[in-house]
Amino acid sequence: MSGWEQTAVTLLTFLPAAGAIVVALIPRGRDRAAQVLGVLFTGGALVVGIAVLFGFDYGAGGGYQFELQTTWITSLGVGYHVGIDGISLPLVELTLLTTFLCAVYCMNRMPPGGSPKALISLMLLLETGMLGTFVALDLMLFFVFWEMVLVPMYFMIGVWGSGNRQYAATKFFLFTFFGSVFMLLAFIGTAFQADPHTFDIVLLQRSGSAISHTLQLVLFGGMFLGFAVKVPMWPLHTWLPDAHTEAPTVGSVLLAGVLLKMGAYGFIRIALPLLPYAAVKFAPYIAVLAGIAIVYASLACLAQRDLKRLIAYSSVGHMGFVMLGIATLTPLGIDAAIFGMVAHGVITGMLFFEVGSIYDRYHTRQLADLGGGMMQIMPRMGAVFWLTCIASLGLPGLAGFWGEVLSLFAAYNPAAGLSVPLYRTIMVFGGIGTILTAGYLLWTVQRVNMGVLPDRWGQAGATLVDTSRGEWVAWAPLVVLMVLLGLVPSLIFSITNDAVTAISHVIGVVP
Amino acid sequence: MIHYAWIVAALPAVAVPLIVFVGKRMPGQGAGIGIAAVAVSFVLSLIIAIPFLTGNQQPVEGHITWFDLGTFSLQVGQYVDGLTSMMLVVVTFVSLCVQVYSVAYMHEDVRYTWYYAVLSLFTASMLNLVLANDLIQLLVGWEGVGICSYLLVGHWYEDRVNSNAGIKAFITTKTGDIPFLFGIFTLIFATGTSNMRDINLAALHGGISAALLFAAALLLFGGAIGKSAQFPLHVWLPDAMAGPTPVSALIHAATMVAAGVYLVGRMFPVFVSAPHFVLTFVSIIAAITMLIAALLAMVQDDVKRVLAYSTVSQLAYMLAGLSLGPSGYTPGLFHLFTHAFFKALLFLAAGSLIHAVHSNNMSEMGGLRKKMPLTFVVFLIGAMALSGIPPLAGFWSKDEIISEAFKTHQYWLFAVTLGTAVLTAFYMTRAVLLTFFGDYRGHTEPHEAPLAMAAPMVVLAAFACLAGLLGPTHVFVDWVHFGPVAEHVPVDYGFAAISLVGALAGVAVGYGLYRRWRDPDPLRTLGPAYTFIENKYYLDDIYEKGIVRTIQYPMAAEVDRFDRNVVDGAVNGTGRAARGLGGVLRYLQSGSVQRYAVFLFVGVVVLAVIITRIT
Repeated sequence: MSGWEQTAVTLLTFLPAAGAIVVALIPRGRDRAAQVLGVLFTGGALVVGIAVLFGFDYGAGGGYQFELQTTWITSLGVGYHVGIDGISLPLVELTLLTTFLCAVYCMNRMPPGGSPKALISLMLLLETGMLGTFVALDLMLFFVFWEMVLVPMYFMIGVWGSGNRQYAATKFFLFTFFGSVFMLLAFIGTAFQADPHTFDIVLLQRSGSAISHTLQLVLFGGMFLGFAVKVPMWPLHTWLPDAHTEAPTVGSVLLAGVLLKMGAYGFIRIALPLLPYAAVKFAPYIAVLAGIAIVYASLACLAQRDLKRLIAYSSVGHMGFVMLGIATLTPLGIDAAIFGMVAHGVITGMLFFEVGSIYDRYHTRQLADLGGGMMQIMPRMGAVFWLTCIASLGLPGLAGFWGEVLSLFAAYNPAAGLSVPLYRTIMVFGGIGTILTAGYLLWTVQRVNMGVLPDRWGQAGATLVDTSRGEWVAWAPLVVLMVLLGLVPSLIFSITNDAVTAISHVIGVVP
Repeated sequence: MIHYAWIVAALPAVAVPLIVFVGKRMPGQGAGIGIAAVAVSFVLSLIIAIPFLTGNQQPVEGHITWFDLGTFSLQVGQYVDGLTSMMLVVVTFVSLCVQVYSVAYMHEDVRYTWYYAVLSLFTASMLNLVLANDLIQLLVGWEGVGICSYLLVGHWYEDRVNSNAGIKAFITTKTGDIPFLFGIFTLIFATGTSNMRDINLAALHGGISAALLFAAALLLFGGAIGKSAQFPLHVWLPDAMAGPTPVSALIHAATMVAAGVYLVGRMFPVFVSAPHFVLTFVSIIAAITMLIAALLAMVQDDVKRVLAYSTVSQLAYMLAGLSLGPSGYTPGLFHLFTHAFFKALLFLAAGSLIHAVHSNNMSEMGGLRKKMPLTFVVFLIGAMALSGIPPLAGFWSKDEIISEAFKTHQYWLFAVTLGTAVLTAFYMTRAVLLTFFGDYRGHTEPHEAPLAMAAPMVVLAAFACLAGLLGPTHVFVDWVHFGPVAEHVPVDYGFAAISLVGALAGVAVGYGLYRRWRDPDPLRTLGPAYTFIENKYYLDDIYEKGIVRTIQYPMAAEVDRFDRNVVDGAVNGTGRAARGLGGVLRYLQSGSVQRYAVFLFVGVVVLAVIITRIT
């Protein structure tokens, strides 16, 4: 292997962290410089990411590429092992793009509450944490990056958030921390039963099925708590509406766009292949929780009065489809889950951008106060909101469709050993969920876009200006992706398929 | 050309971004782009159809891989046979007429360019649906027409009534789409492919078990019930009248409701091979729908609603034809063909009326025969075609269905179709008399339609007169038939006479009752029955109050409350408990490093013991 791959993966992961330090060091008051540096560093990482996209060998058949392995804490069996395969690549790219767009968005719209410099710095640190989580191939390294995400997000919500930010930030922190404690214990347990002790995910995958069945169940339980909180799966989701509602716009975008995917990714990368016996035992319960999440969240959405909270709940439902796909333990379901994650990142990220811009203009997120008529005064903003909502409801031809429909199809025909009647029942509830989802999204569009603009906004009309140039720059890539992924799903599937097949061989469920 | 049939769908699709991004700057504000695209598509459709008219052209299939997941792959492509080419002609022709008509009808609209963009997208989606060779590709078009009808029905969304109607249309049809989707799953599961030709071949040659065929056919029919507005999901179609009238013409004649009938026709081998109960079920649904919709059409004052319910009823005729099995295939689809012309005509003529009197209500019309002679003539042609008066289009196709029902010994269906034919003639006579005869009861000064509106109406009227002749001359059966060989069945003039007598009876009763304008409506003497029909059998109330409201309140509200109080309450309770416990544990936090080390050591030991015990 020539050297550039290893340089690339290191650069990609740590360039944002380096940026975080640089931004933190610039003198107080030079906010503009911080904003520009934020764009430069996230943009630099994105350029590396695009190079990786071109350098990636798509015909290699599912193994890890851009691998880098050095010793770290040898006595404990902890190594610094990173690499990218078809499962992590889409999520790495999603992270790079989303963070870059957030930095671009920050050029023009800085949330009030704290110094812009600090926010940019935290955002860059957060990016390294997220990227590290997706490239890590060592349980301890994974854990370090995983926890690294927690602190910047805590401060983003707690400092730059709105009204009830302290409560939301604490809740977010404690909830995730609670989960990750059990996850860590499970990691340690998994590593220590191996001989010799190792935290290396690739090595553990090979020996995974050797773990006794009872221990597998215990360890899976621990990992489940860690990952399920992050997804979040019902009933561990209540931190999410609060965190989203209070977080600043870029915080919400990153939370929905990337952070939630870490949990589902953990299931695919770690829990399933390392503990295949327990995966089969846990899968029906995960599927049931996913089914509940889909219907429950869409019903909760129908009752929301706050636009941002509504979108937050919709994430719970959409991640339900992702988890349903994973819980089928089929290659198709896992492919669908990864597609669903990327699509949800693009669509819901976009929705939170929109909601942020709506709030900046109206200074309210209450649907009743908005009162409709946005199409009259801001037709472009309204049209983008419309398109994004329609993509979110899973219309064929747009990005939201494939993850949803293929995970339902995977549930029609789950892996051998799983109860077909149970999964088909969940599939039916998932189908009902899609009707309810269409209902609340079209209803939301109606209440925001349609009707006649209330008189009170006529007087304040000066602030209601249509989408700005800065917003277009940040949004256009997401809008394009929403359409492109819908029309050309092979953009994702051609990347994921081989790696998913390889993982499925490890789980032992390939037909 | 047949190998490039996909261009027919691609042209209107390409027109959409063009209209959106540069339409406003073009002469005609984008309308020209849409009309040009669909006009070329229409010509191409005719060229494609010609070889199929003789019945000698083999179907042409072509595809490329959409994506391949090893265990599961999807194609995107085209499948062109007689049925496809017939649909291409109908869709592009009606769309062309509607788009030309809209130039005049919509010229003062606030969102004129946007309107044309959605019309083009609507047409492109329907053409994609018709051309698709793959069920998932078909689904893309299927949902595409759904979202376009939502956009167009709610086109004047400043008024909440209109946007509600759009949402109702989408959600109701989506309710049917879920079983449809599961039906697709079943077929892919059974055959390993979503290619419709392969599935149909497997179904015909016993490659799919009876149980799976049974499930798949019933589930697919669920989609047709939603899209083609059959009982019990027909409730969205009358509300869809909230959209601009040309849109109604498009939805009713070509681009939306025909999709359900087309689906049954396209997947006909699955329906025919499935256990017989499936087709019986189709005929029962069709019979219920055609009757209740015809009864509803009798009591409407809104001229568009009369036509809307007549569409529901006529779609049921098509499905009734298909439900008769292979011999009903051509009659059912022939009715789809003729209906497209006279129903588009009727809606465009109704649009001309509404344009002139600024009201949808027949109670505010009357006597327009003299003020709008052209509209009168074309509406009368449409009404007679719909009522089954020979030699106009509807007579031939409807008669084929009625006589086929008798010949296949479905006597009850024969009775229902014949009875509905009487009702149809009755309510169309009523509509003609209320709008064009008697004295004018409106408040505006009516005027005849301008040229852009008149021209499409005249062309459609010509087709409404002549299209039916493709039946007795066997041209249509050569064009669209089930199985390799077209069977030329001569017209049975005995049945034709029965159909005609039925239609004339309806006309006579209608004439007797509505010869003179009477207020209140003479049918009101029916009393409770009238009230029952007038309230749409209370189905809307049941859905609205029973289902939609229950979901909004209490279900959604209770879930929200449960989430706040119980799920989140447990979380916050844990938090409070932990804080309390923290007080107890505080003494442990002494700051002594030595003591921490002891705790850590104990913890690790306990953990190690646990792990070794389990392994």
